[in-house]
Amino acid sequence: MGDPKGFISVRKKEGGYRPISERIYDFGEVEQTLNDEDRKLQASRCMDCGVPFCHWACPLGSKIPEWQDALFRGYADEAYASLNSTNSFPEITGRVCPAPCEKSCVLAINEESVSIRENECATVENAFKSGLIEANPPQIRTGKKVAIIGSGPAGLSAADLLNHAGHLVTVFEKSDAVGGLLRYGIPDFKLNKRVIDRRIDLFKEEGILFKTGICVGEVLTKERLLNQFDAVVLATGSGKPRTLDVEGNELEGVHFALDFLTQNNKIVAGQRFAEEEKIDAKGKHVLVIGGGDTGSDCVGTSIRQKAASVTQIEILPKPPEKRTGENPWPYWPNVLRTSSSHLEGCERKWSLRTKRVVGEKGSVKQLEVVEVEWFKNASGQWQMKDIGKPQLLKADLVLLAMGFTQPVHEGLLDELGIAYDQRGNVKVNGQKQTSVDKIFAAGDVEQGASLVVHAIQAGRLAAENVHAFLNKA
Amino acid sequence: MAFQFPKLDGLYNPDNEHDNCGIGFVAHIKGQASHDIIERGLEVLRNLDHRGAKGSDNTSGDGAGILIQIPHEFISEIQKIEVPSMGKYGTGLIFLPQIEAEADACLNILTDIIKEEGLDLICFSDVAIDHAVPGDIAKTTEPIIKQVFIKGNLEQDALERKLYIIRKLAEKAVSATALSQKEAYYHLSLSSKTIIYKGMLTPSQLRDYFTDLRHPKFKSAMALGHSRFSTNTFPTWDLAQPFRMLAHNGEINTIKGNRLWTHAREGLLKSEVFGDDLRKILPVIEKGKSDSASFDNVLEFLHMTGRSLHHGLCMMIPESFNAKNPIPDSLKAFYEYHSTIMEPWDGPASMVFSDGRYIGGTLDRNGLRPSRYVITNNDLIVMASEVGVQKFAPAEIKEKGRLRPGKILLVDTRLGVIIPDKEVKDQLSHRNPYEMWLKENSLMMDDIKVKKRVPSAMKDFITYAKVFSYSKEDLELLIHTMVNQGVEPINSMGNDTPLAVFSRQPQRFFNYFKQIFAQVTNPAIDPIREGLVMSLTNYIGSLSSNILSESPNHCKLIKFNDPIITNTDLGKIKDLKDEMFSHETIHMVFPVKDGLDGFQKAFNRMLDLAEQAVDQKKNFIILSDRAVDKENAPFPSLLAVAAVHHHLIQKKKRMQVGIIVETGEAREINHFALLLAYGASVINPYLAFAAIDHLVKEGKVEFEYKEARKNYIKAVNKGLLKIFSKMGISTVRSYHGAQIFEAIGIGRELIDKYFIGTASPIGGIGIAEIHTEYSKFHEEAFKPAVSKQKFRFENAGIYSWRKLGEDHAWNPESIGLLQWATRTNNYAKYKEYSASVSEFNRKPSFIRACFKVKRDPIPIEKVESVEQIMKRFVTGAMSYGSISKEAHEAIAVAMNTIGGRSNTGEGGENPRRFGTLKQSAVKQVASGRFGVTNNYLTHADEIQIKVAQGAKPGEGGQLPGYKVNKVIARMRKSTPGITLISPPPHHDIYSIEDLAQLIYDLKVTNPRARISVKLVSEDGVGTISAGVAKAYADLIIISGGEGGTGASPVSSIKHAGLPVELGIAEAQQTLVKNNLRGRVKLQVDGQLKNADDIIKMACLGAEEFGFATSALIVLGCVMMRKCHQNTCTAGIATQDKVLRKRFGGQSDYVINFFRFLAQEVREQLAEMGFSKFEDIVGRTDLMEVDKDVFTWKMKEIDFSALLNKPKEAEKFDIRNTLSSNGKSISGHLDYSLIREAAKAIKGKEKVWLFQSIVNTDRAIGAMLSGEISGKYGDEGLPEDTINATFSGTAGQSFGAFLVNGVTFRLEGDANDYIGKGMSGGKIIVVPPPGSLFKPEENIIIGNSTFYGATKGEAYIHGVAGERFCVRNSGLEAVVEGTGDHCCEYMTGGRVVVLGKTGRNFAAGMSGGIAYVLDESGDFDYYCNKGLVDLIRVEDRVDMIELQDLISKHLLYTQSILAANILANWEEYMPKFVKVIPFEYRKVLEEMKLRELERKLQLTEDDPAHHE
Repeated sequence: MGDPKGFISVRKKEGGYRPISERIYDFGEVEQTLNDEDRKLQASRCMDCGVPFCHWACPLGSKIPEWQDALFRGYADEAYASLNSTNSFPEITGRVCPAPCEKSCVLAINEESVSIRENECATVENAFKSGLIEANPPQIRTGKKVAIIGSGPAGLSAADLLNHAGHLVTVFEKSDAVGGLLRYGIPDFKLNKRVIDRRIDLFKEEGILFKTGICVGEVLTKERLLNQFDAVVLATGSGKPRTLDVEGNELEGVHFALDFLTQNNKIVAGQRFAEEEKIDAKGKHVLVIGGGDTGSDCVGTSIRQKAASVTQIEILPKPPEKRTGENPWPYWPNVLRTSSSHLEGCERKWSLRTKRVVGEKGSVKQLEVVEVEWFKNASGQWQMKDIGKPQLLKADLVLLAMGFTQPVHEGLLDELGIAYDQRGNVKVNGQKQTSVDKIFAAGDVEQGASLVVHAIQAGRLAAENVHAFLNKA
Repeated sequence: MAFQFPKLDGLYNPDNEHDNCGIGFVAHIKGQASHDIIERGLEVLRNLDHRGAKGSDNTSGDGAGILIQIPHEFISEIQKIEVPSMGKYGTGLIFLPQIEAEADACLNILTDIIKEEGLDLICFSDVAIDHAVPGDIAKTTEPIIKQVFIKGNLEQDALERKLYIIRKLAEKAVSATALSQKEAYYHLSLSSKTIIYKGMLTPSQLRDYFTDLRHPKFKSAMALGHSRFSTNTFPTWDLAQPFRMLAHNGEINTIKGNRLWTHAREGLLKSEVFGDDLRKILPVIEKGKSDSASFDNVLEFLHMTGRSLHHGLCMMIPESFNAKNPIPDSLKAFYEYHSTIMEPWDGPASMVFSDGRYIGGTLDRNGLRPSRYVITNNDLIVMASEVGVQKFAPAEIKEKGRLRPGKILLVDTRLGVIIPDKEVKDQLSHRNPYEMWLKENSLMMDDIKVKKRVPSAMKDFITYAKVFSYSKEDLELLIHTMVNQGVEPINSMGNDTPLAVFSRQPQRFFNYFKQIFAQVTNPAIDPIREGLVMSLTNYIGSLSSNILSESPNHCKLIKFNDPIITNTDLGKIKDLKDEMFSHETIHMVFPVKDGLDGFQKAFNRMLDLAEQAVDQKKNFIILSDRAVDKENAPFPSLLAVAAVHHHLIQKKKRMQVGIIVETGEAREINHFALLLAYGASVINPYLAFAAIDHLVKEGKVEFEYKEARKNYIKAVNKGLLKIFSKMGISTVRSYHGAQIFEAIGIGRELIDKYFIGTASPIGGIGIAEIHTEYSKFHEEAFKPAVSKQKFRFENAGIYSWRKLGEDHAWNPESIGLLQWATRTNNYAKYKEYSASVSEFNRKPSFIRACFKVKRDPIPIEKVESVEQIMKRFVTGAMSYGSISKEAHEAIAVAMNTIGGRSNTGEGGENPRRFGTLKQSAVKQVASGRFGVTNNYLTHADEIQIKVAQGAKPGEGGQLPGYKVNKVIARMRKSTPGITLISPPPHHDIYSIEDLAQLIYDLKVTNPRARISVKLVSEDGVGTISAGVAKAYADLIIISGGEGGTGASPVSSIKHAGLPVELGIAEAQQTLVKNNLRGRVKLQVDGQLKNADDIIKMACLGAEEFGFATSALIVLGCVMMRKCHQNTCTAGIATQDKVLRKRFGGQSDYVINFFRFLAQEVREQLAEMGFSKFEDIVGRTDLMEVDKDVFTWKMKEIDFSALLNKPKEAEKFDIRNTLSSNGKSISGHLDYSLIREAAKAIKGKEKVWLFQSIVNTDRAIGAMLSGEISGKYGDEGLPEDTINATFSGTAGQSFGAFLVNGVTFRLEGDANDYIGKGMSGGKIIVVPPPGSLFKPEENIIIGNSTFYGATKGEAYIHGVAGERFCVRNSGLEAVVEGTGDHCCEYMTGGRVVVLGKTGRNFAAGMSGGIAYVLDESGDFDYYCNKGLVDLIRVEDRVDMIELQDLISKHLLYTQSILAANILANWEEYMPKFVKVIPFEYRKVLEEMKLRELERKLQLTEDDPAHHE
């Protein structure tokens, strides 16, 4: 354990963000980090609880008390090894994870949790800096081949573990670069893409093969796939965005958030787009529908694109600032979360239902919304009803960030003849096996859109079971 | 009808029976026989009646008996037997089967044997008996009793030996017959010197039953008697004492080992006096008898084969002879030499013994049983457990004394002299040149030259570490702490992981065993403060193992200072080429490729090799698992050691070799303890050393390797001493092979082969399962590494929860849901919690999960109310101090609101809470007696005596000074900043009769309160419960070994104490069998979480249910397990003001929790078809085993013993039916004192009272004081309001819990526990007027006096026994001499000793001041300077204080000594030594400084003000 009384003597200190006035002019990461001494002090606040709720809350089971202690004592390699033992790329979760661990930290009861996410990130960055992280290719090759389809966090995480188990892993990615949503979904101001590249380089050095620009199912048929590989892991994500089924949704200027974000990420990465292809917020009144993380990313991106104004609306009511009795610690807090993007200048509205999109000359101009009230019906389910009069909100660009419904069935999945569950996700058993022999699935494709950590965990679980499957075969 | 204990039935095991008692003798020093001696002897017993007990019929005694010289005159003149002259014939009583034909058959056998042995039977005569006398239970097994007379023309000692042979042969012959009542056959004695009369009788019945005893011609010069208090009420006539040589008050804790070693030695015995006849008297130990009986067997054997009784006793219960003991070197050599011949029979022992000529008494090294004697001017000596058992006029008394620890008092009635200890020992120690023998033959480890160093580093450390499943916790918690701090780590909040046999994680074989500990019937020892009795020295080797001879060869051996040896030391042994020290290394490994078969073969081969090694005259066997490699996996080291040990015992080849274990497996303290307990002599834990090396190299240790290893060994040694001491064992020599463990989850077959005698109540795994588990470890270790990444140890989640680690019942889900449910008063959420708990249990994790309850639903409306059910709930004993005020009061308020009961814990309670909703209904009395005042006891509904605590049974505790703030100090009647130590035992409960005494004291103090006794589940707890019920407790609490704690060593949390299910079931079954169940209530605690748990416990026998951890969780505890660090973030287990602000609990949450529980219980009762809770109590038939939860390891688990409902349940109560288990206190002297003091109590008028008093008047003053407290609280009455003068001998606990305003003056003497818990007032003890002896040389009060006193004054004109002012925190006392351990654990007050003190003065003394008159200038040696400074009395304030105390002493006692000192003050002053604890000194100085500052401040504030 760090310092038994560290949590009393040392106050929680966060790295904080770069000043708004500076950061909105670039796509550089907004988060700053503490100096090493402060970082250690922060680590000293961890008390090595008998029941570490952080470790429980982390879907990956990160051994937080163990690496915090190592960090505090200066065992940098041990701290990194601990992080890496439950997570193939802790530098990424250290940046983008909403950190359920911190919400469940025992000190969070008094709202001063141990800094976990930031410490994670710093631990890995320091390990890279001091050369502790190097490629470590497997010593033995089993001769078994595994195909991973999709290079998002689930796919990469499965690939890493299977490779370390000695199998020959090929990762297929339909896009031009690996990373999936990590690369094209998350803006650079939250996750610098070089962070991904650095890790992928290590993976390559360790022997994982990456094939980008290949849409499995088209180039590689089912038959060839199953012939060439001893096992397949589907990690194609949950690609189908929820749509806005109202009048006017076809108007020019209404876009899915991911299209907007992907394009912007590519531009930041140096790609060029024709003017007419561009979804540009510059000088526009941007209206983001959906109050989640993707919505927030749209806000930050729009601000950096110099939008005239940014408004984010959400159909659900405004969450409370603090936990309520029915949402106690150590469970995930359904409270108002304000991201760095929100702080950069945006209006947030809640309990608004979109009735229609109002346009002019085929282009969006306004959004008609109405306030709703939520209540529980007789059977205890939440329902809403309209209250008050409809109002019109100014909008030149509407970004739909209302989540994803299910994976894209058309193409690969249907072709593989894979069974789906009730929600339309790929159906898997406890071992992440699909209905088709040799094919496993991991991540959003089988559990629906969720956090990066859940995808990583799914990838790990799939890898473990693929390994067992291959060992048996 | 059974004549022995009932057989093993359910969880009841006759091996667990205990007894304690009163003993004594009367003798005429010059050997003048008279009938008067016998009458006196019987009277002594009658006056010790309160130390014995009666059965459930309240008339059957537990047994009483008397040993006397053969009454030759009576035999020849009255009995008219034709006997030759005295000494030429032998006689003795015989118990015979009730069936006459069988009795005759026995006598025929005896007759034949007498003939075969060449003696002549004179006759069998009837014994004059009044059959109406015994109680109903005793009558059921009353044997036919005959007296045999045998003559033979032999010299008396030869005749004596013949008689011994005849007796042994007859016993064996009868037991080999098919007679249905053969077990009834028993020789009380058969001797030409002494005869014994005894039976299942009370002392007064004894005289009435054997009518001969009353005849005036029935004469003896000595009478030695015994009155028994047994834990059972089974009719066992033969277990009454005395045995043939002695009567024993005590326990032999190491009895299992002693019996095995005795058996093992038999193969090597050669006797000059018996020659070939020797085999006739083997086995030495009679089967199925008590520990005391076995002791007697061996002592008799040693005596018959040529040693004197006192010589034998000095071998069997040697006094402590380490450096801290002031005895001559020659005597030390005597003991050391004999310790190579025989291990000590360890445990509390007060013995009186006689062979007809010599009579005497002795105490064990700890001296925890009282033994007082009086010598008169007309040559009588009376020795007994108490003083006052015989009345003598003051002028008749020549000397009053007591036996001291380890000392012997011997009377030679032939020469007519008393031989004092010094002389006895002097003679013994010069029998042979022991010092020289030792010097020339024994070898110290350090004396052996090192030929080559064996490094600790291991190249393949990681592989070995994997094979032996080292975890990150092993390395970084256990070994790391041991290496850095020299102690094992501390943890908190108990054990919530599954038993090894349930766990889904592969387990080391060690984990299937649990430590046994002492409770009630024998005291634990404090290995730290009473280190003078502890020893880790052991030997291996020895060429001659014939204990019947004495030769230099016996001590040809290697001596070890402790049982852990380094690699180099082991190397030295391996290198010894001397023929005396040859060894054989035997590998403890098996080939993995051959599966179970290979395992089995290799195992058997190992045993064969061991036997061969003995045949080849090797001196040591080194069992080694160093040979582990890819092909070979290690056996469990414990299994290998135990198997070799038992195999060799069976073959009678064990004594010839020492077993050395070289193992990578052992690293925890518990591992070492297990290896020693099952036969290893020394252990080389090479892998633990390699691990230390690894840590050092990783830079994780502050020390160099050598220092680190030293610390590790120190920690192991400390831990071992703690483990020994919790069973009351002092030395590794007696612990060695004593099997002080029980098994959980090990199958009968293994136990019967290799762990013979170890309890294993539920059966379990065998060789196959062990093979599977150990193969797994090996397979994992040798899996080819795919990655070249550095190997890192995983945390196995044993001590803290890990997702993939061991299961913990308190985990994020159960904690989260329980808090959610109770905070929002959401029953649906509670049900979610409860469902998750039940589901978790079914993994399984607790035994209860293996049962399901039968259904037969009725409407819930028919079931009794939630309010009724909630009365059965109590919260655990958590002191204010261990938890914060906020938490403590919240719990009290909740419990008082729902009609349950909360518990103060050990730490007192603020009187402001008395009478309010914040008052704790249960007031705890624990070993430290902190805050236990009369007022505290008076305000209790229930007084709980904490005998043991689940998390650390058999251990004491410590509240470090920095935690003792002002308020806590006030509650605990101590000084802020002073460390408070709770001793391991209650210093007034060394035995069951002592417990009965404490219960009596408390009942007298507060007659309205129930008295409860808290025990911890272990094998034998049922028997102890029966004893406790017979000691008149109203309620017995059985705590699970899993129980919570604020701070305990991890090995105690994990490895001591059994699951609560076993304890409650055993208690229930044993109480029912004894028909005692109706008299007491049973309560359980230990990881109870929901209604399911409650219902199942009820079916097993529980009526009330305790919750501690769960209640804390409801209040916000999140199981950080950091209670011991005072950093509780929930503001519960802390006194830190800042942290306490974080406390978010409310009493309402606790109320919600208990309502939910009760509601759920109600629902389940409806499901089961019962409208009243009480109807399911003890109904094991309502449960059945649920095989669905069984895992692969559980195939052979058998719960039938646990679920057994004894057949006695048909006729006897199976639940509590009496409202109180009252021993009547009517007729107590205090009633008349209260009447006579009415004016004082009502109107504070002064009164003067006079009373005569005898030793059966006990706890005088307690009730009177209770009356005063009830009226005036802590304040009591003005000084000297009630003045009572007593004359005579006071019984135990005189002036207990006395309060302000009461002054007791005793003219006479007092027994143990005088002034116990004194809360004020004055006690003065002076010799009766007319005494001729010198008070300052004679003992006047007993042991453990003024224990836990908080206030008052005491002036003792005479010498006190051991432990004067133990745990005193406020009393001012003057005494003229003391025994050992004076001022032990004292935290406050003043003690003046105007004479000699015993050893170990001031041990554990953290506060207060003592002044000792050190005339001989050697006090330094007798003082334990661990915590105190010795300084001169130079400070003026001190001088005045001292002078003042002595002058008061003179005033009250007219002590000539005091007068002398005061008159010659200048001469005496420099001889006084002031004893002051460092900590106390510091605190006093700080206080002075603060006072100065305050004055300074005052002066500054107001310049006019000058003090």
